[in-house]
Amino acid sequence: MSDDVSVMTGNEAAATAARLARVQVIAAYPITPQSPVVEQLAAWVESGELSAEFVAVESEHSAMTVCIGASTVGARTFTATSSNGLAYMTEQVWWAPGARLPIVMCVVNRAMAAPWNVLNDQQDSMSVRDAGWVQLFCRDNQEILDTTVQAYRIAERLHVPVMVCYDGFLLSHTMMPVAVPSPEQVDAFLPPFTQPFTVVDPADPRNVGPVVLADPRADETGAVRGGYMEIRALHHRALLDALTVIPETDAEYAAAVGRSWGGLLWEHLLDDAEVVLIAAGSLGTQLTLTVEALREQGVKAGVLGIRAYRPFPVEALREKLAGRRLALVFDKALSYGYEGPICSDLRGSMLGVEGAPAVFGAACGLGGRDVTPDDLAEAARRAIADLEAGARTRETDWINLHLEG
Amino acid sequence: MTTRILDLPDVSYVLPGNRSCAGCGIGIALRQITAALEGRMVMTVPASCLTVLGGMFPIASVNVPWVNVAFPSTAAAASGIAAGLRATGREGEMTVLAMAGDGGTGDIGIQALSGAAERNEDFIYLCYDNEAYMNTGTQRSGLTPAGARTTTTWAGKRENPKDIPRIMEAHGIPYVASTSAAFPADVYDKVSKARGITGLRYIHMNTPCPSGWGFDPKDTVRLGKLAVDTGLVVLYEVERGVFRLTGRSASLAKSGKPRVPVSEYLATQTRFRGMKPEAIESVQTWVDERWARYVARDAGACD
Repeated sequence: MSDDVSVMTGNEAAATAARLARVQVIAAYPITPQSPVVEQLAAWVESGELSAEFVAVESEHSAMTVCIGASTVGARTFTATSSNGLAYMTEQVWWAPGARLPIVMCVVNRAMAAPWNVLNDQQDSMSVRDAGWVQLFCRDNQEILDTTVQAYRIAERLHVPVMVCYDGFLLSHTMMPVAVPSPEQVDAFLPPFTQPFTVVDPADPRNVGPVVLADPRADETGAVRGGYMEIRALHHRALLDALTVIPETDAEYAAAVGRSWGGLLWEHLLDDAEVVLIAAGSLGTQLTLTVEALREQGVKAGVLGIRAYRPFPVEALREKLAGRRLALVFDKALSYGYEGPICSDLRGSMLGVEGAPAVFGAACGLGGRDVTPDDLAEAARRAIADLEAGARTRETDWINLHLEG
Repeated sequence: MTTRILDLPDVSYVLPGNRSCAGCGIGIALRQITAALEGRMVMTVPASCLTVLGGMFPIASVNVPWVNVAFPSTAAAASGIAAGLRATGREGEMTVLAMAGDGGTGDIGIQALSGAAERNEDFIYLCYDNEAYMNTGTQRSGLTPAGARTTTTWAGKRENPKDIPRIMEAHGIPYVASTSAAFPADVYDKVSKARGITGLRYIHMNTPCPSGWGFDPKDTVRLGKLAVDTGLVVLYEVERGVFRLTGRSASLAKSGKPRVPVSEYLATQTRFRGMKPEAIESVQTWVDERWARYVARDAGACD
């Protein structure tokens, strides 16, 4: 069966994926650049093309809460947000994974205020990386559609929520050809959501999410049940299991739909690369042009794209990077007072690895600042020069920054 | 329908040995609330005294489904549960009951509650109003009465409490009621009536708190009744916009007898100790004006 190819924005691709996943409850609050996702879903619910409950809540905090409530009673749920909206729902961004609910949320990456800025960087989703969600980054609109469908399979297998991150405006509002799988293909890939046990049933009442003590404690039968740390350790284990489940899901999706995205990482011209440029999201697509240009200048450069940021694919990165000279990480976010989050995570994962490359970081594209393949190539040449000058570590290189004057 | 206390169902979904304080009004009321819903319900509860009453993992003290949620999110969680039940074809199986304290309702939870009320979501929201953040150690809330000393109003709160039922009425929801945990039959009847109505039903329940208010646990019911006799707490309901006094408040209005002065009520609790006469007078004036308005509305006047 051949896909139906349409030209659509990233937001429309996300909405289409939610429709194909047959989401049952959608809750959302408007924020640029996410709003078109839920506007589209609201229209489909209104027209009857999508059979779902659409709850037009009064805030992002409530959007995630509605997903939490609906998911708890066994409905497949969806929401989307950006930037301050994600920050506003942060309390519930922690609640959802702690409660082990398989919610899928698209985060249309946008800069954090203050000052106000509606354009793209990745500070919003990076700021909640520790909350216990799977975080997947997309490089184009096709990947947004396919990843959002895959996200439900991953979430429901592991009982952890999945955040599908894609760049605001660069993808959310940019039209691209997108192949839309048939409902039959998606149904074959994604079975209906069923909770493993019914948590809300008056005939078998349970207290969901009560106070849990630090230490294990006996239940009414005398059997000892885990305390807070055991519950968190199981949650952590589920995230680590995602390192296997994400590629498996991608392979299953490839078998059902005919497209694969590489699972945890993706690469371009990496085989013999000595200099590896690393990024998450659409910046990776730009880096493919950069390395092609660098190769024309005789630099053996390649791209390693981060698809899964949480869980962080430590082993896969070690395998791909051992023996290279330089790993240059481009972050569209910063841990203020330190460096880019992907950069520091990557450096940590390289410690003690034989033949590990030098890891340098660059900050770029904050608040929608343009980053061209030429800017990126220039940054790569600077990094190579620093390395050749003997540097093994270096301060973050701010690309295209104009502080003077 | 008025149920006599002796006719209340002899059933309890609240198990013995729960973790509420001695004399806690919530425990009295929760038994009637769950009985009125015959256990065919799912509760959602934010961080509050009720969370403590519900027990600590892996032991629960209430024998109905119960979903704990974050502090500001009770009404949104109930909206989500109701939407999820509809989406999975189970909406007829159980009533969704959101139950939160005064701070969780009128302060941090008011945004989600207002949103849910505007959407007329299909659940019962019951606020047990013990007039301060009791679970965290008696800090003032927006519903703490004037004059009350709390751990954040050491000299007594200066402001009168906000009128949440009236705010809820302004949303045009089908049912708003005010009740008291000291009147179990009134609680039972109002929850029973709410059960038969579709849409957002709001019940505000005054809930005496021995530890936070400073009185002997044996006096919970006595003080709850005294509050009604002063007119500080008024039992009423507003069904599809029609207001009527109920129970003891209706009898009090009908009798035409003078209400008990608020000073008598204030004198029973250590939280009001040291209140100046002018502050007491101010509370009395506030209560008198409110009472006159309730009586007028009961007689058919528009508010």
